Amino acid sequence: MTSDLPESLAEIRDDFLALSQPDRLQLLLEFSGELPALPEHLKDHPDLLERVEECQSPVFIVVELDGETVRMHATAPRESPTTRGFASILVQGLSGLSADDVLAVPPDYPQMLGLNEAVSPLRVRGMSGMLSRVKRQIAMKRALA
Amino acid sequence: MPVATDPAAQFTGFAHPERIVSTDWLAAHLGEPGLVVVESDEDVLLYETGHIPGAVKVDWHTELNDPVTRDYIDGAGFAALVGGKGISRDSTVVIYGDKNNWWAAYALWVFTLFGHEDVRLLDGGRAKWEAEGREYTTEKAAAQAVEYPVVERDDTTIRAFKDDVLEHLGSPLIDVRSPEEFSGERTTAPAYPEEGALRGGHIPSAQNVPWAKAVADDGTFRPPVELDEVYRAGAGLAEGDPVIAYCRIGERSSHTWFVLTHLLGFENVRNYDGSWTEWGSAVRVPIVKGSEPGPVPQR
Repeated sequence: MTSDLPESLAEIRDDFLALSQPDRLQLLLEFSGELPALPEHLKDHPDLLERVEECQSPVFIVVELDGETVRMHATAPRESPTTRGFASILVQGLSGLSADDVLAVPPDYPQMLGLNEAVSPLRVRGMSGMLSRVKRQIAMKRALA
Repeated sequence: MPVATDPAAQFTGFAHPERIVSTDWLAAHLGEPGLVVVESDEDVLLYETGHIPGAVKVDWHTELNDPVTRDYIDGAGFAALVGGKGISRDSTVVIYGDKNNWWAAYALWVFTLFGHEDVRLLDGGRAKWEAEGREYTTEKAAAQAVEYPVVERDDTTIRAFKDDVLEHLGSPLIDVRSPEEFSGERTTAPAYPEEGALRGGHIPSAQNVPWAKAVADDGTFRPPVELDEVYRAGAGLAEGDPVIAYCRIGERSSHTWFVLTHLLGFENVRNYDGSWTEWGSAVRVPIVKGSEPGPVPQR
């Protein structure tokens, strides 16, 4: 179907689709718990982070380019586990990919995880906003490089 | 068998103090037969990260809304939903949630559409319970399913549709959104996702009273005298007025509906759940832009 997804993202999608609806929610919660803390060099620099306006809860992302390799970081409050889960999926699925690969990720990737029923389409939209901002940051950083 | 009400002094000035309980009261009554505690949040996973022991979860998106039509579930759906969570028709239901009880108030309003008699809000919601360092568990409540009767939803008493609002023009309307949404600068709450209204502004003659004016910094409701200041002196509501409240999708205005109905005692308050996402996209309905309420349109 979408065999051209990067392996990391395809794996996450397959993990979700293999589960029943309530278990998908549980997996999203696990992702939420796994969102890594910001690295030292970003901790005291909120100015480097971009707010994702499409999300109902405050979530901030930053994408760094290490040559052509993408590193994504995100932070969201503990009381917003759904948003944290979405951010964590992208951090884990996108970090380490090449910039070209990230730019080629289909914009509807969040819709492929089978979360519309368990989480609701409106909420899933927040993740789409995050993905499009990641891509925009990559494009901008490349242009500046 | 209803559970005793909370006699706390801070509630005695409210019109219906039996509709609200304090965190102290809830902590003392947890586990009492006849009491079911319900958590209802904006965030669909928040309950899973920890909740009040014994509380069951009701999600507005995935459980209270009809999955196809823009409407609430019907009587059979409601009976199956709440019966499955161990709620009987005579249960005392105490609802709490995140974001100052927005979605808790919304759930309470939906319970009221089905005429559930004894449904109350936890004053201060999840944030207050947490701030006080009270007990949380991640253990999912093992609800014993019970029989709940199939009751027809009453959409005429506390719910308003677009045509009702058109009919109502000339009587008080309360727009509980942010000033930016009211004036038409934006169509969503600050920092909220676009939810697809095609026009910005407000319903003509509506008073802008952002919902949060009803709560103190700790998330609890303001005392009656301060609420009177906001709604009677500020927005000009008078005894006996029929009132319609609206926001963007009806959740923040459920909160205001609760304040006007249960705390201040207005007897004819309806929530327009279609709210701005309907009105702002409907063809040929009157709209006013800017920070003034604007005149009542001629009909």
